[in-house]
Amino acid sequence: MSAAYVVRRVLLFFVVVWAATTFIFFLPKMAPGRNPVMERIGMMVATGGVNTGGLQQMVEAYQKKFGLDKPLWEQYLTYLSDISHLDFGYSLMLYPTKVVDVIWTAMPWTIGLLSVATLIAFALGTILGGLLAWPRAPRLIQYLLPPLFTFSVVPYYLLKLILAYILAFRLRIFPMSGSSQYGVVGSFSLGFALDVLYHSILPALSIVLASVGFWALGMRAMMVSISGEDYMLFAEAKGLRSKRIFRGYGMRNALLPQTTTLALSLGTILSGALLVEIVFGYAGMGAVLFRAVTAFDYFTIYGVVFFIIVGVAFATLVLDLTYPLLDPRIRYQKN
Amino acid sequence: MSRITQLLRFLRHNPRITTGFAILGCMLLLWVVGMATIGTSKAVPLSGPPDLEPSARYLLGTDSAGRQLLPVIIAGMPLTLEVGLLAGGVGLLIGALLGFTAGYFGGPLDTLIRTAADVMLPIPALAVLVVIASTIHTLLSVEVMALVVASLAWMYPTRTIRSQVLSIRTRAYVEVGRFSGESHLDIIFGELVPNLLPFLAASFVGAVGAGILAAIGLEALGLGPQDKPTLGMTIFWAIYYGATLRGMWWWWGPPIVVLILLFMALFSIAQGLDRYTNPRLRRAG
Repeated sequence: MSAAYVVRRVLLFFVVVWAATTFIFFLPKMAPGRNPVMERIGMMVATGGVNTGGLQQMVEAYQKKFGLDKPLWEQYLTYLSDISHLDFGYSLMLYPTKVVDVIWTAMPWTIGLLSVATLIAFALGTILGGLLAWPRAPRLIQYLLPPLFTFSVVPYYLLKLILAYILAFRLRIFPMSGSSQYGVVGSFSLGFALDVLYHSILPALSIVLASVGFWALGMRAMMVSISGEDYMLFAEAKGLRSKRIFRGYGMRNALLPQTTTLALSLGTILSGALLVEIVFGYAGMGAVLFRAVTAFDYFTIYGVVFFIIVGVAFATLVLDLTYPLLDPRIRYQKN
Repeated sequence: MSRITQLLRFLRHNPRITTGFAILGCMLLLWVVGMATIGTSKAVPLSGPPDLEPSARYLLGTDSAGRQLLPVIIAGMPLTLEVGLLAGGVGLLIGALLGFTAGYFGGPLDTLIRTAADVMLPIPALAVLVVIASTIHTLLSVEVMALVVASLAWMYPTRTIRSQVLSIRTRAYVEVGRFSGESHLDIIFGELVPNLLPFLAASFVGAVGAGILAAIGLEALGLGPQDKPTLGMTIFWAIYYGATLRGMWWWWGPPIVVLILLFMALFSIAQGLDRYTNPRLRRAG
């Protein structure tokens, strides 16, 4: 792996993060002739009730920071420097709490659920897809194709509604919603860990079931086109054992495009998982985003969106940097 | 007459495309029957008592606001399809424009377009859509939402179309066109586009599916058009009023079934078209 490739790839990561930040700054300003954030704060002050004094201070702080007295480029620079310190201001719905703190508490839930579910789905789907296209695999596996195909077209969160109805509402095997027993304070005990695990099975299952078909179908198509290659015939002619041909010659080569697809679809996977959390009332980023959107808590929306984009960009970067380890042919020289 | 036999033969040899269109056709038929017999006037709140199970009088029951759910489905189906077609169409149009420009002309323009697509591609569309939709929230109609979705649906088509153009622009017949003095536009529309038509059709179907998926995601967050009974908004209300916790399967079930059928049909057609353009894939059955 050449140094130029690594530099270029890391640079692209920062460009993506910068583009995302710029989007979040300019998009709300494009709303014709109005400032949704100020409107929202004004409305909260007008309706009164909670923390009016605090909000007053916030309005002042907000105006001082992004005030119209300063030119746009200066506002933009202030914004960039704030973001680089991860300062997204205060959450409007949970006023004295800072947006970053809301996000920090939610993030481990999303990362935990998503990474485990995606890894299981990817591994399972890839193996199943390989076997589906392998003539010497047990016939039984072929019967899996129609259900896999059906599940693969269902968005995760819709599948979740169906699963929750059957497994939680009718059969009462799993809890309907939430990420841990209601009212229990988190601790590092075995009981709490088991409780969290128990609550995460259903959301994880929805993600795994809905995406395993996607990976299996992709892998199957790849294996089919590879099985016609000369090196497969050669391996066969050498008298290698079937298992060895399958693993070393078939799977190994079909895995490469599969990994590229994984890198390209991380964003879609994350979007789907966020919606699963929302449907489930799971304590992750999706639930925070949902509450922020329904309360029009713009600071929190922008913060969550920023973290989502950075997260996906980072995961893509890591995958891209490990790709050369999978594919020794790639030297990543220019052109 | 021979046109029809040709079409029949095409459908017989491309079972996936046939299946997809058959599902779409059945849905269209059901929708027409529903429009003619039931109509959509009862899709608004207070058209019946709230929270009713399906019965002879209220075929799919009612939701907590008293909307009758069968009319809601009938009203929501074309809205969902409209968003998908519009978002997919506009997204593909932008993608094709950029992809052809980048692939055919190359040079600094190509670098610029490719870099822009590469930078935008890893950004999860839903995240940016949430920012846009929550900002212009009160102005959001079905058409505006479709355009918002389309604004983030061009990167993938741009990349794939560009690489297709790159691979065929050096073929002999394109060179012949160039040497015989055809203009760039003549070559693009006379030589390149016709050859890429099946590929563009497959991209279009894929883009429509992606557009519907993104729109439903936005709507399930409550960011869709507030006054229209789209399928995604129905799911949002079902979640909002805890329909799963209350066992009201008739609320969220039917929109999901409609969406699953729609996605299956589109996926099937897209795969069929892929196989039609790439014979190598046909072995996958």
